[in-house]
Amino acid sequence: MYVAVKGGERAIDAAHAWLAEERRGDTGIAALSVAQIREQLALAVNRVMAEGSLYDPDLAALAIKQSRGDLIEAVFLIRAYRTTLPRFGASSPIDTGRMALTRRISATFKDLPGGQILGPTFDYTHRLLDFALMAEGETPASVISAPVSSPTGETGVHLAAAVPHVTGFLNRDGLIQTETPGDSTPPDLTREPMELPATRPLRLQALTRGDEGFVLSLAYSTQRGYGRTHAFVGELRIGTVAVEMDIPELGFAVQIGEVEVTECETVNQFTGSKTEPPQFTRGYGLVFGQTERKAISMSLVDRALRWQELGEDFTGAPAQDEEFVLMHADNVQATGFLEHIKLPHYVDFQAELELIRRLRAEAIAAKEAAE
Amino acid sequence: MTAPPEITARQDLMGLLARARPARLAQLFPDMPPHDMLRPPEIGAVMVRGRAGGTGAPFNLGEVTVTRCVLRLTSGEVGHAHVQGRDKAHATRAALVDAMMQTQAAGHLQAAVLAPLRAEESARRSDRATKAAATKVEFFTLVRGEDQ
Repeated sequence: MYVAVKGGERAIDAAHAWLAEERRGDTGIAALSVAQIREQLALAVNRVMAEGSLYDPDLAALAIKQSRGDLIEAVFLIRAYRTTLPRFGASSPIDTGRMALTRRISATFKDLPGGQILGPTFDYTHRLLDFALMAEGETPASVISAPVSSPTGETGVHLAAAVPHVTGFLNRDGLIQTETPGDSTPPDLTREPMELPATRPLRLQALTRGDEGFVLSLAYSTQRGYGRTHAFVGELRIGTVAVEMDIPELGFAVQIGEVEVTECETVNQFTGSKTEPPQFTRGYGLVFGQTERKAISMSLVDRALRWQELGEDFTGAPAQDEEFVLMHADNVQATGFLEHIKLPHYVDFQAELELIRRLRAEAIAAKEAAE
Repeated sequence: MTAPPEITARQDLMGLLARARPARLAQLFPDMPPHDMLRPPEIGAVMVRGRAGGTGAPFNLGEVTVTRCVLRLTSGEVGHAHVQGRDKAHATRAALVDAMMQTQAAGHLQAAVLAPLRAEESARRSDRATKAAATKVEFFTLVRGEDQ
């Protein structure tokens, strides 16, 4: 129970003024610009866009600056902002087969058509602190040399041409479960409250905006045996895709921009069930920005949640439990409920105190009567 | 289903204007001719969709900020714009170019605005594609014991 309390306004004003001062830090140090955050802390920006569920690098960078680098607070700011925007419509589903790739790797096929492209990855770095970055005025020179055989023509445009998905090769041999294409309007948890049992499209929406740490831990739990799904990364790709939308007053679709996304498709060992033949099955991850840890995690959790559809047993593993996963994946919801317990609960607590006093008195009286 | 060529050409230029850097478009097209706003620049969001497994059922991935604008030149042509981001001047310029491409000025705009935007976008993409290609793995197989 909450009661209206008066007073404290002056203290709150002073707290906010101090917050602003602390956010700025030492004024002897140059202030960080939003553009610097956008360009140099791009992976934090990507995470805020993915979990904030709004692709706008400038706003995500601003949110990071305002929140003093508290990324969940930044996600909260983005979520609050997006509720103020009118919804113009929905895009056609993006075509990840026509992605302009900056990274594309497969753990299942060495020589896949289109090749393995490492891209700007932390993989194979030694994870040693680079003290050169701490030194003043460093600008590492670009040492990228042209490849031996350039796969692009003179325009480079056809890098955005179709690069087949690895799962497509397996499909051809009938060794992998196929996706059923469709054009039904997917449910939108930002518009209607989440209903359980959920459909796969609703689960994918909840996972792509879910907390990276939570989704990562769940995915890890499946690897350690809690709902094991034997996943291989069939393909991981990062790049930009065009966003296209139908404009009713024009009567045709136009590109309204492009977004960077990370896509992960797992290929999972599956020995068959009561309803399905032995074949490879799939998990899917698609996340805004360069966010590969999240995309891989999402694909593992997506696969674990498909146990029912594939006729597998429910082993009681957390990652198989749709309600557990979907109701706890959102870090803004979780933070709101968690942190509300720090707000005044004076009347609740007064009632608790009285209850405990009465129970104690009764227990003591009963004990004395028995003696 | 193939669209008539005039629609394909318009889709192409509208996409190019939407993807253009707002500052660069402002440089190439600094002076806005007189016009009436039919729908003044408005900032909103579009829900971006993906497909399960890349090819399956659609799902909602997240929104993107978009600014839209519809205007009419004093000569009557109507221009539309839906551009990513929250830059109202970007949307206005994109709608103006869309409208003016339906006038006598089309040839001039094609050369002065669209051609440079296209060339620069192409160069940006090619630059990233070249960097990506430089990180392409060339596998080689070590000689195995049984082959010796």
